[in-house]
Amino acid sequence: MALLSSKTKAALLGPLNKNNPVIVQVLGICSALAVTSKLEPAIVMAISVTLVVAFANVIISLLRNTIPNRIRIIVQLVVVATLVTIVSEVLKAFAYDVNKQLSVFVGLIVTNCILMGRLEAFALGNGPWPSFLDGIGNGLGYGWILIVVGFFRELLGSGTLMGHQVIPQAFYDAGYQDNGLMMLAPMAILLVACIIWVHRTVNKELQEETN
Amino acid sequence: MAMNRESNTYTILYAVVMVVVVALGLALTHQLLKDRQVENENIDKMQQILRSLNVNVTANEALDRYGQLIQNAYLIDEQGVKVAETEGTAPQDPAFSTELGDPAAKGMPVYEALVDGSLKYVIPMSGAGLWGGIWGYMAIEADGSTIYGAEFDHSGETPGLGAEIADVAFKRQFQGKHLFRDGEFRSVAVVKPGRTDAHRDYVDGISGGTITSQGVDRMLRESVGEYRDFLMKLNTANQ
Repeated sequence: MALLSSKTKAALLGPLNKNNPVIVQVLGICSALAVTSKLEPAIVMAISVTLVVAFANVIISLLRNTIPNRIRIIVQLVVVATLVTIVSEVLKAFAYDVNKQLSVFVGLIVTNCILMGRLEAFALGNGPWPSFLDGIGNGLGYGWILIVVGFFRELLGSGTLMGHQVIPQAFYDAGYQDNGLMMLAPMAILLVACIIWVHRTVNKELQEETN
Repeated sequence: MAMNRESNTYTILYAVVMVVVVALGLALTHQLLKDRQVENENIDKMQQILRSLNVNVTANEALDRYGQLIQNAYLIDEQGVKVAETEGTAPQDPAFSTELGDPAAKGMPVYEALVDGSLKYVIPMSGAGLWGGIWGYMAIEADGSTIYGAEFDHSGETPGLGAEIADVAFKRQFQGKHLFRDGEFRSVAVVKPGRTDAHRDYVDGISGGTITSQGVDRMLRESVGEYRDFLMKLNTANQ
């Protein structure tokens, strides 16, 4: 059997494009607005969510035949919160600097609706391996949007990328100014809307029927 | 016992077992990692103190540099008088382990550092930003007024906005500013970029981080203000 059957391939690659959690399902918008004013936290958040959603998917998938239906949401939440706490504790002991950057996002990861969405919609009904790929796919699908938005917000809002100045001083001397609006959350949602616009223009089948 | 997944007994047992397993797992993780975490926190604190002295070192070098630069540390009371038997710079000594605002504390910490042959006093600060706590250290020249360097950090201000108070560009503005004017403690104001303050020295706040900037302003007035008498004594002694 091939490592990636067509179904598992769809689980991995679908969320990157036509089944994207942010720009098609419009999930995880809240954290996408909060952490994208700079590129670096956007990347850290993308990696963290990818790891957490992948491993939470595997754990829920392994437990899926034992979980009582009535408390399944609670079980999912406990699994996610436990994973995030353990990751945070380990980082605090072995990578203190990374933890300092990440600590802000720990709460946001737990409340990210993409996680609950994937656990509920996929992991409860599929085996561990497809669930793992589904988690990676959705994490990356969420992540690339964050990184694109973070790239433009930092570039246009601060004139820097990853904290390094990229817009030359000569531009500022000639009267160029950083766009302060880029630093604020409304601009992030406008950027996400622009991505959705471009995405739907390319993928016409995603457009809703008018009238 | 029948394994009916929808029965109340199964649901309750499942929840109980899950909670106990998770609690034990988390408690064990915490216990195993605690020593390393405390050590990291101490080193992080040393790095912050060193950064207020404009010395930026990695975690590996922090312990050595801290030992070289920090000559003495002790607690002072509200009148600025050194509390007896509180001297010592090690992590378990009172000056290092005392947190600002702790009601059981015997005083407020002061660190003495010797940089290139001149004495600096480092004091901790703590206050509130928009989402949570902000804190920092301020290194003051022997005259008790001129700021040699400042260090700020925060628990969870918005990245790109309030979190910029931890940025070097913001911290550097404080160098050379004066806490005293006309023999009176005035602190340093954090104003909206472009504004001025005629009554005291000022620095530019963070655009889009207004509440955090105001928090820093208040911290400089109130938290540093607690050391007013101590700084005043230095100021009159070394004029």
